[in-house]
Amino acid sequence: MKEALPIPGVLKPSTGPSGRPLPGGEGVNPKSTLRSLRRRRIADRLAEKLIFLFALIATTVIFLIFIYVVREALPLLWETSEGASIAGAFRPPYAWQPVSTSPRYSVIPLIVGTFKVTVIAMLIATPLALAAALYTAEFAPFRLREWIKPAIELLAGIPSVVIGFFCLIVLASWMQTALGLDFRLNALTAGLGLSLAIIPIIFTVSEDALTAVPRHYREASLALGASKTQTALRVVFPAAMPGVGAAMILGFGRAVGETMIVLMVSGNASILSLDPTLPVRTLAATIAAELGEVVFGGGHYRMLFFIGALLFVITSVLNWVGDRYNRRLRLKLFGSE
Amino acid sequence: MRKTVDRTVVLLCVAATGLILAMLAVIVANVVRNGTARLTWEFLTAAPEQGMTAGGIYPAIYGTVLSVLIMSAAAVPFGVVVAIYFAEYARTSSRSYRWTRMAINNLAGVPSIVFGLFGLGFFIQSIGGAFDRALYGGQLVLGQPSILWASMTMAVMTLPVVIITVEETLRAVPREYREASLALGATRLQTVARVTLPQAWSGVMTGAILAVSRGAGEVAPVLFTGVAYFLPLLPTRANDQFMQLGYHIFVLSTQSTDVEATKPLLYSTVLVLLVLTFCLNITAIVIRNRMRRWATR
Repeated sequence: MKEALPIPGVLKPSTGPSGRPLPGGEGVNPKSTLRSLRRRRIADRLAEKLIFLFALIATTVIFLIFIYVVREALPLLWETSEGASIAGAFRPPYAWQPVSTSPRYSVIPLIVGTFKVTVIAMLIATPLALAAALYTAEFAPFRLREWIKPAIELLAGIPSVVIGFFCLIVLASWMQTALGLDFRLNALTAGLGLSLAIIPIIFTVSEDALTAVPRHYREASLALGASKTQTALRVVFPAAMPGVGAAMILGFGRAVGETMIVLMVSGNASILSLDPTLPVRTLAATIAAELGEVVFGGGHYRMLFFIGALLFVITSVLNWVGDRYNRRLRLKLFGSE
Repeated sequence: MRKTVDRTVVLLCVAATGLILAMLAVIVANVVRNGTARLTWEFLTAAPEQGMTAGGIYPAIYGTVLSVLIMSAAAVPFGVVVAIYFAEYARTSSRSYRWTRMAINNLAGVPSIVFGLFGLGFFIQSIGGAFDRALYGGQLVLGQPSILWASMTMAVMTLPVVIITVEETLRAVPREYREASLALGATRLQTVARVTLPQAWSGVMTGAILAVSRGAGEVAPVLFTGVAYFLPLLPTRANDQFMQLGYHIFVLSTQSTDVEATKPLLYSTVLVLLVLTFCLNITAIVIRNRMRRWATR
């Protein structure tokens, strides 16, 4: 950008926006003004380069995350190390027994376990969160709304280790006596705990989508004689559908990667079964439970990094799809992103 | 007929909302009721004794606060600068901007345990290991879990939170402010430093608080990067390990030999962590609501 020579009249205001005096007020000779302007321009360019450098470093770190997690798992692609290999991870026997004389590293029971817990959590969280979002966006009086939203944000702020603690100490016993379960820690209890962690996400994203629906949608529907409930269910909700889809996908992604709650409440037994009352072991909990005891660079160690890479890929795809749905919502409602 | 259906739908929605809020209330009430009994000044300022069945949790509070401070010192300035680049300098139509933006959004959704793996592979083994080879002749000094690497791992994890929040508020600053400043002859840097950033101050605060709140409560990323169950001394050097409230809760509730004996202390620890994160979150919510009201005025 070329800067014009300082015209005295332009530099007349002696204070800047922040109240500090600008250079080149009255009684300053034009030569020093020019010099200070030049210095400012150099500083400006330097700052821009520096800021760009920071942004570059941040971006690099993001790509490094994937590279460093994959790097530790990569040798498993072409070699079998202590019974661990990527091909073997998906072949029978479907068992995860890392600590035995002939260790077995099949990720199938872990993947099935992860999806079992996640689906249970989704089945509990989705109806609750969507109904609450619908109430908050469409039916609740304004005053109440201003209380519900921060309250659910507080729920989101509860550390997952606290939710895990509550489920382990209190909820697990309640569930066992209420349902007469054989195991105190099982997939059902873990799923219920997990739903507490994903309800705020599903609620917030879908509530945002519902409130983004323009007013004239509602007005048109009400003018045609539809009731408030009919409008909410048949006009606003369908209009916000991509956003609701995004909410569910993002909630699902969060549930797949959640570690502490499942680690504490699921019982951590890698059983290949769809029975929700049995203990279960998930991908994330396996890393958390086992990485502390492995030999660096060994087969087990590499296998855990492979699971990490798997989690990274699964959640990235889910986030990406969720993002696209959100974009589609805005495209649909406003015709632009 | 239609009225009954309508009313039932609304009632179901009210019930769902009530149920969610009730769950929140039950957790908070349970923790508060069982946690207040042992919550004394001594509990907050003493070290654990007799296998965690007596004494306090001072080292865990100290470790949590210290690690979060180191984390913020790294994540907040970095995040703010990156957000400034995105909001003030980058061309939003460019492909590189869109890709980077998408990557950062994605990073916010990557599971925290993956960050733990990254911290172990990148900070401890690669960077720490390289320093050890270069400076300490292969001796194990920085290439092991420590408060420094744990905080750095948390910083990488919370970076997207800071970037996204700050960028959003920077974008909310009206264009006219920048134009007025530039028209007065201010450079771009001056405009950012003296006009835009002061206007977006609340966003910077919110981002920092949300990052701190997340950092204070997360256990998974520090599991392998520096946390310890019990340490006789407080961390004094960058390569010391540290105790953390969340990890303390995790270990006491899953690996305790005598659950009944540790339970009262455990509840009080949970209460301390819960109060800490709630205070941070409420502050963030209040600042953000003020900001929104200000923006729509």
